[in-house]
Amino acid sequence: MATANTYPRLRAVMMRIAQSIPVVVGVVVISFLLTRALPGDPAAYFAGAAADEASIEEIRVALGLDKPLIQQFFIYVGDLLQGDLGQSISSGQSVAADLAKRLPASLELTLTALIVSCGIAIPLGVLAATQPGSWIDHLCRVVVTAGVSLPTFFTGIVLIYVFYYLLGIAPSPLGRLDFIYIEPDRVTGFYLIDAAVVGDWETWLGALKQLVLPAVTLALFTLAPIARMTRAAMLTALSSDFIRTAKAAGLTNRKVLYGYAFRNALLPVVTTLGMVFSFALGANVLVEKVFAWPGIGSYAVEALVVSDYAAVQGFVLAMALLFVLLNLIIDLAYTAIDPRIGFASK
Amino acid sequence: MKTMTSRRNFLKMSGGIAGVSVLPFLKTMPAAAQGSDTLVVVTGQTINSLDLHRTGTNRASYQVAVNCYDRLVSFGTKDAPGGGFSYDYEVIEPELAESWSVSEDGLTLTFKLKPNATFWDGSKVTAEDVKWSFDRAVSVGGFPTVQMKAGGLLRPDQFEAVDEATFVIKLDKPSKLTIPDLAVPVPFVINSAVAKANATTDDPWAMEYLHMTPAGSGAFKVARWSPGEQLVYDRNDAWVGGTLPAVKRVVVREVPSPSTRRALIERGDVQMSFNIPDKDAAELADIVDVYSTPIENCMNCLCPNTNFEPFQDPDVRKALAYAVPYEAIFQTAAYGRGAPLWGGEAEINDIAWPRKTQYYTDLDKAREHMAKSGYPDGFEVPLSISLDLASWMEPTALLIQENLAKIGIKAEIEKIPGANWRTAALVEKRLALHLENFGGWLNTPDYYFFWAYQHGHLFNSSNYMNQEVEDLVDATLHMPVEDPQYAPNLKRMFEIVLEDLPRIPLYQPALNVAANGAEGYEFWFHRQLDARPLGRA
Repeated sequence: MATANTYPRLRAVMMRIAQSIPVVVGVVVISFLLTRALPGDPAAYFAGAAADEASIEEIRVALGLDKPLIQQFFIYVGDLLQGDLGQSISSGQSVAADLAKRLPASLELTLTALIVSCGIAIPLGVLAATQPGSWIDHLCRVVVTAGVSLPTFFTGIVLIYVFYYLLGIAPSPLGRLDFIYIEPDRVTGFYLIDAAVVGDWETWLGALKQLVLPAVTLALFTLAPIARMTRAAMLTALSSDFIRTAKAAGLTNRKVLYGYAFRNALLPVVTTLGMVFSFALGANVLVEKVFAWPGIGSYAVEALVVSDYAAVQGFVLAMALLFVLLNLIIDLAYTAIDPRIGFASK
Repeated sequence: MKTMTSRRNFLKMSGGIAGVSVLPFLKTMPAAAQGSDTLVVVTGQTINSLDLHRTGTNRASYQVAVNCYDRLVSFGTKDAPGGGFSYDYEVIEPELAESWSVSEDGLTLTFKLKPNATFWDGSKVTAEDVKWSFDRAVSVGGFPTVQMKAGGLLRPDQFEAVDEATFVIKLDKPSKLTIPDLAVPVPFVINSAVAKANATTDDPWAMEYLHMTPAGSGAFKVARWSPGEQLVYDRNDAWVGGTLPAVKRVVVREVPSPSTRRALIERGDVQMSFNIPDKDAAELADIVDVYSTPIENCMNCLCPNTNFEPFQDPDVRKALAYAVPYEAIFQTAAYGRGAPLWGGEAEINDIAWPRKTQYYTDLDKAREHMAKSGYPDGFEVPLSISLDLASWMEPTALLIQENLAKIGIKAEIEKIPGANWRTAALVEKRLALHLENFGGWLNTPDYYFFWAYQHGHLFNSSNYMNQEVEDLVDATLHMPVEDPQYAPNLKRMFEIVLEDLPRIPLYQPALNVAANGAEGYEFWFHRQLDARPLGRA
């Protein structure tokens, strides 16, 4: 523990990871029970429409669904400990392979959307807060209202209609890459990064073009909470005592705004970002459907519809792990932004 | 094949020609990049396996069995109602078999294989391969085994490889369904040497290997498969099963959203959109080529379950049949695509099936029947629909609900999730009033009756039981169509079930396909893409 003591940050991170173990165990148990509680009989479903009793039974045995629930659970946990997430029946692939392929697709889309969204929403929120009542404040309000009130599948279809169908400047909405490109060698699963790694700029551009419309769709949707939160947090910060003091001390406007007000306003913004990220990853489903994006949201929904147990459990588990990681990153970001927050003590 | 494909050897694999035709276009806009040798098809369904025999293989995957594998025989081609071509159930054509003969007693079928038929790896297709593939289909259980059974193919000992080019099937009883059943996607011929080399003791039929890596002799090889995204077929130039496909490469791209598929086909960036909604078919018909083929041996029906007491009353069932707003359903739920099945003659003069019934919308008649029945004051009944099939079931159910209210039947619509539908409707058969859409692969009326009207059979979701129908179906199912008793038996069966009404036919649904720059589309009973006859227009 000597090393851990000399690096309190590391120790804190280890603590947090240890704390998340019960959460993950809980997720494993609950996702197992909930999938079994789903209505429907996967054996009957996958036996096909014309199957008879005997062939359904054969399939039930093949899927291991004839065993008692508790035994199924131990088999599942045993496999899980060996890193085997099981076989998805609906996609015909191993769940681990499916997730490894689809999670990066969703992450690439969501992260791009969030970067675009932050790039617009944060400056907009800051400007709206510094000049309340001005045209920029009204603009902020309009954008925010429009962003939340337009459902993503609608925005997506409108964007396709205008930029692809009418103007013809967007590429065919055929997923991550048009069929004339070959997907880049897998390094991270993020096409933009993988293509850049091998220096294949042709494919990189192709992937970027495909990414623009869905990312904008998702960005429009996530714009609202970030802009609202930035504006509100900035307003609170700007009206607080320390800003008045800073102004009285004769600091430049710039220093006051970005050095003190913005930094203090960042905390709630980062919290919101974390929340937005989590729901955007799930709310992707509709965007994924419209743009034929092979992401994780549509995968989970399809698996759920056909009671594909392994796939649903794998999805829930992957999401749980992702959120544990996300919360950790956000907490670390807190301490970086505001050193007063004692991370280790938590 | 998928696992071995890296992006480098992919271009090499595609045989230079396709690779060369793609490479120079990489710098141009995608829309312009499609060579005339490539055809792009979009579909909303996902292909989840390259092996039809595998447990859990979905319907969309059947197209791989069609395009990448050969069967002994295939069906002919004819002009289809609604435009384009259709397979022809009446005509059996050779695929791997050069010729075949049936013994006098109808129990022994002898097939001679084409001498020049080879698998993709160059090895010869032998009777041993056929035997192994057929053994597999009857042994693996699940859907393939059930489908083989329909043609009287039950056990491996029925199949014999006499010599390299001669394959013999021995039947327990002669059946007119056997040869057509050899032309459905299920009994496809696998390269058994490759499969056996990849089989294990736990997996004697190489299910794991063939799931990802087809080994066939068919018109197309799988160049690339990304589940959930696309499947790329490359032509097998050595194919001898039929006319060589006109295009070198077919890309099947999965696009779940119907609106997106519609935009793609309208813009012409893809050449074919497979299985589009009726609404899009109706609206696209003026803009691109739309083929709406009524699905053979298939009806969308309203089924009153005899388990539910009021439906045991024949007058109540008649009242239902007169209360259904057929025309409104056909226009609203099917957008006029398919074929109407109401307002026909009561007298049965031919053996066409599905056929127009003698019923039509007449609320007064419906009320008369209700008044005559044991339930003059009406009753309440749940009307069940499947959420998976909501696109036609929901509007249909709403229209039926509205009219039933007018004759005193209070129907409450119950929506059942797709995963439960089969168990509730077909296995437990517990839905009092519901919609159903069975379609038989083998196109004879008695085959439909076997599944949908015989007691205890899967698609008889109304629990219908009529001894005369039982006997007639048993007598007719394997009877040759030339038998003098065949037509009279069918007519009698039609008469009974249209009088008893365990299923009230609403309309015959259509399979809709839009083409923009593709030609040669052919409808098949399996309702999946047959890429072989397609070409660029």
